[in-house]
Amino acid sequence: MAKVLKASERMKIPRVAMAEQPASERARCFMEVNRGLASEQAVLEATRCLQCKQPDCIDGCPVGVDIPGFVRAVAEGDLPRAADILYAANVLPGITGRVCPQETQCEVRCILGKKHQPLAVGYLERFVADWAREHRNEVVERAQPTGRRVAVVGSGPAGLTCAGELARRGHEVTVFEALHRPGGVLVYGIPEFRLPKVIVDMEVAKLMELGVRVECNVVVGQTHTIQQLMGDEGYHAVFIANGAGLPRFQGIPGENLKGVYSANEYLTRVNLMGAYQGEDAATPVLRGRGVVVVGGGNTAMDAVRTGRRLGADPATLVYRRSEAEMPARVEEVHHAREEGIVFRMLTNPVEVLGDEKGWVRAVRCQQMGLGEPDASGRRSPVPIPGSEFEIDCQVFVEAVGTRANPLLTQSTPELKLDRWGQIKVDERGMTNLPGVFAGGDIVRGGATVILAMGDGKRAASAIHDWFGCASGG
Amino acid sequence: MHIIRSATWLAPLVRKLVVEAPRVAARHQPGHFVIVRGTRDGERIPLTIADSDAESGTITLVIQMAGATTERLCALCAGDSLVDVAGPLGRPTEIEAFGHVVLVGGGVGTAVIYPQAGALKALGNRVTGVIGGRSRPYVILEEELGKICDAVHPCTDDGSHGFHGFVTQRLAQLLDAEPPVDAVITAGPVLMMKAVAEVTRGRGIRTIASLNPVMVDGTGMCGGCRVTVGGEQKFACVDGPEFDAHLVSFDELQDRLGAYRTHELRARERLALDPEHKCRLERARVEIESEPRRAS
Ligand SMILES: Cc1cc2nc3c(=O)[nH]c(=O)nc-3n(C[C@H](O)[C@H](O)[C@H](O)COP(=O)(O)OP(=O)(O)OC[C@H]3O[C@@H](n4cnc5c(N)ncnc54)[C@H](O)[C@@H]3O)c2cc1C
Ligand code: SF4
Ligand code: FES
Repeated sequence: MAKVLKASERMKIPRVAMAEQPASERARCFMEVNRGLASEQAVLEATRCLQCKQPDCIDGCPVGVDIPGFVRAVAEGDLPRAADILYAANVLPGITGRVCPQETQCEVRCILGKKHQPLAVGYLERFVADWAREHRNEVVERAQPTGRRVAVVGSGPAGLTCAGELARRGHEVTVFEALHRPGGVLVYGIPEFRLPKVIVDMEVAKLMELGVRVECNVVVGQTHTIQQLMGDEGYHAVFIANGAGLPRFQGIPGENLKGVYSANEYLTRVNLMGAYQGEDAATPVLRGRGVVVVGGGNTAMDAVRTGRRLGADPATLVYRRSEAEMPARVEEVHHAREEGIVFRMLTNPVEVLGDEKGWVRAVRCQQMGLGEPDASGRRSPVPIPGSEFEIDCQVFVEAVGTRANPLLTQSTPELKLDRWGQIKVDERGMTNLPGVFAGGDIVRGGATVILAMGDGKRAASAIHDWFGCASGG
Repeated sequence: MHIIRSATWLAPLVRKLVVEAPRVAARHQPGHFVIVRGTRDGERIPLTIADSDAESGTITLVIQMAGATTERLCALCAGDSLVDVAGPLGRPTEIEAFGHVVLVGGGVGTAVIYPQAGALKALGNRVTGVIGGRSRPYVILEEELGKICDAVHPCTDDGSHGFHGFVTQRLAQLLDAEPPVDAVITAGPVLMMKAVAEVTRGRGIRTIASLNPVMVDGTGMCGGCRVTVGGEQKFACVDGPEFDAHLVSFDELQDRLGAYRTHELRARERLALDPEHKCRLERARVEIESEPRRAS
């Protein structure tokens, strides 16, 4: 172990800086922006942790990762132990280390952040996960089969986590995925430059080693219904994790011109279908000199940075509130700026304008001012009369949220929904149908990867307990 | 992997594939479609399920060679396979006891109305088919429909077979004759469906059109398949693909279908230079000669 430092000495060490691909290069390619920490960097960063007796950071993590525990192991250079601690709470750390909004979850609570910079929990998490992926390939031991069968609907983070946790407990799990490739938003939404797809593929492969079966091209509600899964197909429980669903459009004129996309379609064409590989890819995506994206979340940020990488100059982000209110991860906002994304805050599109052949040529926008604080305390944006102006573009992408996908719920009318069409669950994650659980975005609306994983984990425990009751009673 | 049990040409550029997809076959109802990918790097495209056999676990797909993706699919032969077949997708056709129904199919659209004909007949409807093509070899499934329908009227643009003229002209004649028509269901090129809607609109006859917008996922996730129906936005893959033809904005649909035309042209040019594909297509073409023509 390295020499023991006093707290005051630790606090003198500056927070580690992540090595990045230079902005000028990365604005042209889809390689991952963050390059990861070198071992020495990780160890030094880990020694900054004060090893609080009552750490607040753990409470900030939706799956309760023992942060001081794994960080200490890193500081001591014991990466196998670090990995064990990490994986005990989080089955997808290589993913969360890259996409969690640490600044509002674990890192925001770090005591170091009061006076200095918080510990780089996310970077360390990623470091340990990447190390484990590259260096560990011990054969996973499969648990004693319990004879219980669970169907998981959807292979996003909620579904994958639930499947992994159930398999660890010896239950026989089949994940049904509507698309041709597992991963949910992790493969169709989040771009390669933020989350390389090989990482998702390897995580899925690991689950399969645990005994999880993944069946793609099965659209539950259409190919099988929930009733059939629980009936003829012989499953004892179902976990529904089919994600957020249908993209919303703003409902402004011109949205059906050629060149208007939902962010889901734009990103799916580029990521899942591989349009980023070049103009010869089988699935095309329209490219434009000017790309405008509306929205303020991670989806909007991913879309506008994708537009930039496909050659847009300028690629512009418009958002009706101010930058402080953007829900996107701060790191992404920062990266986007470096890549030359033009930010137009307090700006709201009111019409998409087309040429005589039906192609997008510009978006008409309105400048917004901040009005009185609303019920939530946020000052809501109000249009400034006479402030309209146009931004030239050939591609216009809307990232303004989603609504619940009715495909599955329509075929299961007994399932109780809230007024937004999202599935209602109790504290265990169980729906009103016995043995049918749900979690992730279909329950929460668009949320985060780690909250979806938390739901998957909780549902797995609940399903396990439920089986216990069922067999005991 | 979905093995192709048989592959035959229905018309010069129209291929019929019978494909193993037991789960889809078990759930198929008229109006359903599947999303298909031929190869790992291929595009996802929607194809109507023209027929299914739950017992043998197969579905029938009818593919018009239109772009590079469909050209690749048309070059497949029995024993080849499709990597992905997802479905059945979409809402099934609302099959009712309408009375007298006229089904209007143009080109491969005839494959869409074919399963509907059977279901409508089973409910006791009088079913008339009006099917069109450029010339005689392009009129498909005439014999098959003949076995189900009370009457089938083939139409050709050049008069080489059946009625000389457009399906809409033949339809108009039927609407003016006995027995009266209670409903019209149509599938085919957008401009044809639009014309059908115009013919029936004034007469107030309920008309349903099966739309064919560009799709990616087919599950409601992307919104690429959005169409305007009665001034409202609908996603064809989950809300359709069938809608009230009198409310559909066909011009918008037609325009949006052209979004990738230049990409398509480039992709086909590239495909023409692919020796492997050329070889496959040759192999598939040879069958034309060795097989009896069905449409004649
Ligand atoms: C572009 C983008 C960027 C994001 N960036 C971040 C980020 O940086 N950090 C973060 O924490 N969160 C981010 N999010 C949010 C996060 O991805 C989601 O909250 C999370 O993926 C939800 O997980 P899930 O498992 O509930 O659903 P999903 O990941 O949506 O997975 C659902 C899966 O179910 C499948 N499915 C749907 N219907 C059916 C059916 N009927 N039968 C079978 N399968 C079905 C879908 O195809 C999909 O694969 C982002 C979201 C987007 C769109
Ligand atoms: S899972 Fe997310 S919130 Fe939890 S410690 Fe890791 S980065 Fe922080
Ligand atoms: S094809 Fe994507 S929503 Fe219909």
